[in-house]
Amino acid sequence: MADVAVSPSVVLSLRGPSVTTEKPAVRVTLIVISVIFLGVFLLLPLAAVFVEAFRAGVGAYFAAITEPDALSAIKLTLLVAAIAVPSNVIFGLAASWAIAKFEFRGKSVLNSLIDLPFSVSPVISGLIYVLLFGAQGYFGPFLRSEGIQIIFALPGIVLATIFVTFPFVARELVPLMQEQGTQDEEAALSLGASGWKTFFKVTLPNIRWALLYGVVLCNARAMGEFGAVSVVSGHIRGKTNTMPLHVEILYNEYNFAAAFAVASLLALLALVTLVIKITLEWRYADQIVASRRH
Amino acid sequence: MAGARGLALKRPSAIPGFGLALGFTLTYLSLIVLIPLAGLVLKSATLGFSGFWDVVTGPRTLAALELSFFTSLAAATVNAVFGVIIAWVLIRYRFPGRRLLDAFVDLPFALPTAVAGIALTAIYAPNGWIGSLLDPFGIKVAYTRFGIAIALIFIGLPFVVRTVQPVLEEFDRELEEASATLGANRRQTVFRVMLPSLMPAILTGFALALARAVGEYGSVIFIAGNMPFYSEIAPLLIIIRLEEFGYAQAAAIGTAMLLISFGLLLFVHLVQAWQRRRFGNG
Repeated sequence: MADVAVSPSVVLSLRGPSVTTEKPAVRVTLIVISVIFLGVFLLLPLAAVFVEAFRAGVGAYFAAITEPDALSAIKLTLLVAAIAVPSNVIFGLAASWAIAKFEFRGKSVLNSLIDLPFSVSPVISGLIYVLLFGAQGYFGPFLRSEGIQIIFALPGIVLATIFVTFPFVARELVPLMQEQGTQDEEAALSLGASGWKTFFKVTLPNIRWALLYGVVLCNARAMGEFGAVSVVSGHIRGKTNTMPLHVEILYNEYNFAAAFAVASLLALLALVTLVIKITLEWRYADQIVASRRH
Repeated sequence: MAGARGLALKRPSAIPGFGLALGFTLTYLSLIVLIPLAGLVLKSATLGFSGFWDVVTGPRTLAALELSFFTSLAAATVNAVFGVIIAWVLIRYRFPGRRLLDAFVDLPFALPTAVAGIALTAIYAPNGWIGSLLDPFGIKVAYTRFGIAIALIFIGLPFVVRTVQPVLEEFDRELEEASATLGANRRQTVFRVMLPSLMPAILTGFALALARAVGEYGSVIFIAGNMPFYSEIAPLLIIIRLEEFGYAQAAAIGTAMLLISFGLLLFVHLVQAWQRRRFGNG
């Protein structure tokens, strides 16, 4: 901690090094407070996941993540993300195209409505679909007579996941595309390119890193969502259990080592997500406008 | 032409695809978000105003809403204090491991809430790493309201750090130098010059952390113990009502929670509007 670098503005300062920074003792104290706080509140839980996961040994760990119910939970989680993330990518592209490339009435209202799902509790995100499609919901009787099941089945889980991850891609793309303007597209169009060709050859390359950034965050939330999915899933083992729900079931059965083993896979996903996110922020900061907002 | 432009729905443009893009956006938004949320409000309206009021002010609901709100308030306050310190340290000081620490702040956004929930419970249970240190002093964290606050601190921390960081980064150092030239000591400069202009960002981060915490479910239910009237949070009560097929009651509690979060976001909006008027930075 002794090699705390002196800030560059010291050169400009009028009364020696202390004008625009704190005394060394204060600096060291604040750094120590931050490190301890982040260590206790963030690092410790992360470490606990892996320590608890291997408490019963490596053999038990691999048994827990390869037993049939765990595998079916992993498959379901991947399937749900494989539907929900592309849906929100298409939505994000359409919404940012409309909002960033055109001037129209109600644009700012539309822009703020996109963020709406972020301010809704996950439990409510599941509840709203139960109210629509559940046995006693608005469309419940109709769905039952048609033999269609949405709640306690894959469609409900996908819907709830799409809802909670709804803004992720759009909120990355809208500010970036607004900043980029329409000159590139206008040039391509005036040279005779079609609308779709312009989109794929000009717009998409311009936004690719921000799109990837949004997809990575969207995917992490889609695979890790618990509250919303818990409401619509019905917790049927081997059928409608996603990985986070499988963790809950194992934990509530006091099968802690297995619960933490499956949880460690989700923790790994979180770490990989963070690494990709940071790499994108460091390498392509200028092409990811909203990088600080998460 | 200029007059027509004022009335037109859309300004003329050479770019194609407006109809398709906006049409798809509005359809998707309506189907996924707006209609289902309207269904929630409609369902709670079937109770009538007095019915709605009875559900929301019923003793168990009121206890759950109060618990959710006040533990969230406590957690957001802790986050506001430590979030500012952490943002300050990350922006102002250079020390080994700073970038790693900075990257790590986003962990709660990336780690699934259920994983955080069981991990925190394991740490703070009476036989856990921290729980066993506190147990001899008679301090219980897991399965108490303390535990709920700990989980809410975990999930809310990045909001404050990430809203304060960019404002602090762009803070004009000349203001600090001017303050020093005029004879202020460092403490006066920090508390009288810098903190007031960071305040809108701190309040925004505080309100965002609060809004997130009020609705939080996954990280809380494992550590809370979930005793009615003591540690049963509002989102859990929604699930309990739903399992009893009390759809309208569940919808009413949900609507009340939505009103609380929208109130908080309105507050953020007003703070930001006030900030723009006062400091003129659009």
